[in-house]
Order: sequence, then C-alpha cells, then structure tokens
Amino acid sequence: MISRRLITLSAAAVLVLTACSNPNTAAQDNIDEAAGAAESVSIGSANFPESEIISEIYAQALEAQGFEVDRHFQIGAREVYLPALENGEIDLIPEYTGNLLSYLDPDTTATSAETIEAELQEALPDALDILDPALAENKDSLNVTPEFAAEHDLTSIGDLAELDQVRLAANPEFAERSYGLPGMEELYGVTDVEFTAISDGGGPATVQALLDGTVDVADIYTTTPAIEEHNLVTLEDPEQMIAAQYVLPVIRTEAMNEQVVDTLNEVSAALTTKSLSQMNALHSGDDVQEPAEIAANWLEENDLN
Amino acid sequence: MSLLQETLAWFSDPAQWSGPTSIPWRIVEHIGYTFFAIVAAAVVAIPAGIYIGHTGRWRKLAVLSTGSLRALPFLGLLTLLALWLGIGPLISIIALAILCIPQLLAGMYSGIDAVDPHAVDASRAMGMTETQIILRVELPLAMPVILGGLRSAVLQVTATATVAAFIGAGGLGRYIIDGLALRDTPRVLGGALVVVLLALLLDGLFALAQRFGARLAYPAAHTAPAVNVLAPSPSPNSRRTTHDQPPTHNS
Repeated sequence: MISRRLITLSAAAVLVLTACSNPNTAAQDNIDEAAGAAESVSIGSANFPESEIISEIYAQALEAQGFEVDRHFQIGAREVYLPALENGEIDLIPEYTGNLLSYLDPDTTATSAETIEAELQEALPDALDILDPALAENKDSLNVTPEFAAEHDLTSIGDLAELDQVRLAANPEFAERSYGLPGMEELYGVTDVEFTAISDGGGPATVQALLDGTVDVADIYTTTPAIEEHNLVTLEDPEQMIAAQYVLPVIRTEAMNEQVVDTLNEVSAALTTKSLSQMNALHSGDDVQEPAEIAANWLEENDLN
Repeated sequence: MSLLQETLAWFSDPAQWSGPTSIPWRIVEHIGYTFFAIVAAAVVAIPAGIYIGHTGRWRKLAVLSTGSLRALPFLGLLTLLALWLGIGPLISIIALAILCIPQLLAGMYSGIDAVDPHAVDASRAMGMTETQIILRVELPLAMPVILGGLRSAVLQVTATATVAAFIGAGGLGRYIIDGLALRDTPRVLGGALVVVLLALLLDGLFALAQRFGARLAYPAAHTAPAVNVLAPSPSPNSRRTTHDQPPTHNS
C-alpha cells in the first residue's frame, strides 16, 4: 500500500518536473493530463471469493497495460455494488449474465445466453455498459455421481423422469423457482422428487449428501471444484431450464476507452469455466492462496500480463 | 398490501393447515427435534450433574467445559456433523443436544450443590445410604433449580432448532430459511411468530412445572391445598419440617 502510494507520488513528481522543464509544450501537457485521468480505474467485487479472483484478474490485466487500479473488493451484494457503480464510486465489476438480468428485470423469463445478453443491453441503466462475456459460466447445475449415472444411464435432466423417485438436494429456493422443481416438471416431466433443502449453495454439505447417497441429485454451481474432484456427472439441460450465467464485466460508460475494452475482452476470451473452477480450488482447502496470487499465475499462464 | 396483512394472508392460506409442510406438522417436527435433543442431553447431563453435585469432584472442570460448550457456534457444529455423519434428523438432534447440555448440567450440579449441607449431614446421621440421600434429599431439594436449567435449555433449543433447517431439517425453521431464500417476508415473519408462540407456551408450562417442583423441595406443601402449592413462597409449615433453614428458592 505504502509502496503504491510512493510510486503514485513519484510518478506525480516526475510529471510536475517534466511539465516545468518543458514550458513550451503546452499541447503535450494537455494530452498527458487527459491520459492521466483515464489511466485510473476503480474496480469493485462482490463479497465472495470467485468475484474477488475475477476482479483481481481484471485489475492485474489493466495494471499490466499501465493503468492505475483502485481496488474496492468485497463490497457486498448486487443491491449495494450496482448503485455504487452507477454513482461512479467504482468503474467496473464482474457480473453473471442471468443474475444481473433478473436483478434489473425481475419479470424476465430469458434463459438462453443470447436472449439474456440482448435483454441485458435493454435493461441496463444508460450510465452502464457490458463488455464481451467470458467463456466461463457459473450457474446452478444438477449433478449425479458417476456410478449413479452409469447405473441409470443418465446424461440429461430429462432422463431423471425414467426413475421412480428422485431424491434431490439444493438451496431452498430451488423448490419454488422456475429453474428448479417447477421447471423440472414442466420441461422434463420429472414429477416425483423428494426434496432436501440445504442452504450452503451447493457447498460441502450438499456435496457430502450426494457422495454418501443421502440424495441422488445435487444442485452444485458449475465452477465448484468438487464437480471435477469427484468426477461428478453434470446433467445436460437441453431445454435451458437453468438461465445462462456467463461472467462479464459491467463498466461505467464514462470509464470506457479502447484500451480498457480490449484488455478486458482479451481476458474474457481466455477465461473458461474450468479455469475458474481450478482457481476456486486454489482458494480453498489446506493450502489457501490469495486471490492476487491466483490471478497473477493465471494471467501468466495465459500470456495476459 | 401491508406486511401485516400479507402475513395474516399467509396464515389464512389453507395450504398452511394441511399436509407435510403445514404449520401443525412443522410444529410437531419442531417439538420432536426439541424433545429428542433434550432427552439425549439429559442422558449425559443428569448422571454427570448428580455425580458432580453430590461429590463436589470435577466441579471446576464442569464449569469450564460448560462455559466453552456454550461458545460453540451452532451452525458450524451442524455443518461439521453433516460432513461427518451425513444430513438428516440425527445430526440436528445431536447438535441441539450438545447445545443444551451446559444448561442442564449447570442446573443439576448447582442445584444439588446449593442443598443445605446440614440437611445432607442429618440424613447421613439418620442412616440413609448415599443413593437414598441423592434420591430423597438432594434431588427433591434441588428440583426448582434443576427445572430452571431444563426450562432455559428447552427455550434455547426451541429457538435454535430453526437454524437446523439450514442443513436439510424440517421444523418451523423451514418457513424462516425458505422465506429468506425466496425473499418471502410474510413467510419469514409468520414462521418467526409461530416459533415465538411455541416458545412462550413451553416457557409457561415450565413456569408451572417449576412451581410444582417446589412441592418436591418442600414436602409439607405437598399436603397443602393447591392454592398454597402455587403460592410464590413456601408456607411456614414447610420451614419447620426440614428442621433447618431451607435453601432459598425463587419460584
């Protein structure tokens, strides 16, 4: 922190000295000032680790391009950080397409990536803009153990309709929202579900219930490391019951310039669900790495630093 | 529609009054968790409390360990048990039992501890065995304090059993946890109101039981008319029958 301030101070001093030593290049000064104003980007993050890791990736990618970055991480929930973005307290924050849209337009029924993106453009306040979505997606997904999938020949959510009864664990809202039990019945004809509500967002207790056979199917977010760790089979969702949740930067229109847009689009083009899941894994377990370290390594691997 | 009206509408919805997610069934589940948790805790706390209270041994350890047990975060304990033993009613009951052992244990040993040593010595001099002293002297005299411990344990378990809904349990917590997840405030409020009413009802029952416990502590009151039994302080008669100053109690 102190060293960053020192760098800022010395950079300012150099600017001042340069300005003094070249009194006859007023035009050059104006360009420097304009560039200086644009070169600072304030980045926020929501209050969960994945958001912080993505924000840190944005931050370091922009820093590598010579921007000065202000980090305002772990701001809180959408209700808090989106107004902060509109007010200009932050310039940029990572978001998820489906959830952002249903926050902006609670009545939306869009679930496909294309429809969501199109509706997002409409629903966003004028002061805000979205950039290219990443390849990475973090959404609800229905998972079964590989043994259970093999035993009952399961690949898609619709295959569950063949079973006599399905025991399913998910967050409580799954029982009543359109992407949950009502959707399973309407789109896939899966009617007989014994539901267990576990409020840990597809976390350890949900995974444990699936692994020890207390339930047959568990709702786990797609970037949760446990899916890869236990070779879980994620059931396909051809009817798009579950809304797309691609990661994308939401940015204040005033803070946009070509270099910022290009840098973030490059990051999004390289960011996959698998890499996000692996980065989440690095942030948990016995050997926890800090988001800054995880982000730096990922940018290095993808030649983005 | 105001929140109050919405909550009233939630209560008057027929769906709340029949089936496995109805209020009566959730109350049954809730009382079930509470009852089994208290029984499980009593299996541990009663013998341990009698031993500690009667002999005076391990008392410091008991005070220390019950203090630290109280500091256990319930949700953390529940999650840990879910990872060890799998989700289900069992882990909710174990977690709730662990939660209320301190109250029961403290009620047991401090109740017995507070029994007048002269009464115990006198019984011993009369030729009572240690078992007789425990069963006929110490436990009856300690009963108001023991029931006080039980009362606070039941209250705490009734309130905390709502949190068990976080990890798959039923009970009244379902309305609160599901309502929060769905941002359905009337459901949260309705569920919370039922928990409050249930807690008040149980507490009222225990207030009565504690007065009844006073009858055990002061045998002379046993033969007195019911009005005297429910009187806030023991009758002068009971003081004379113990041939000594009885321990003060606050029924």
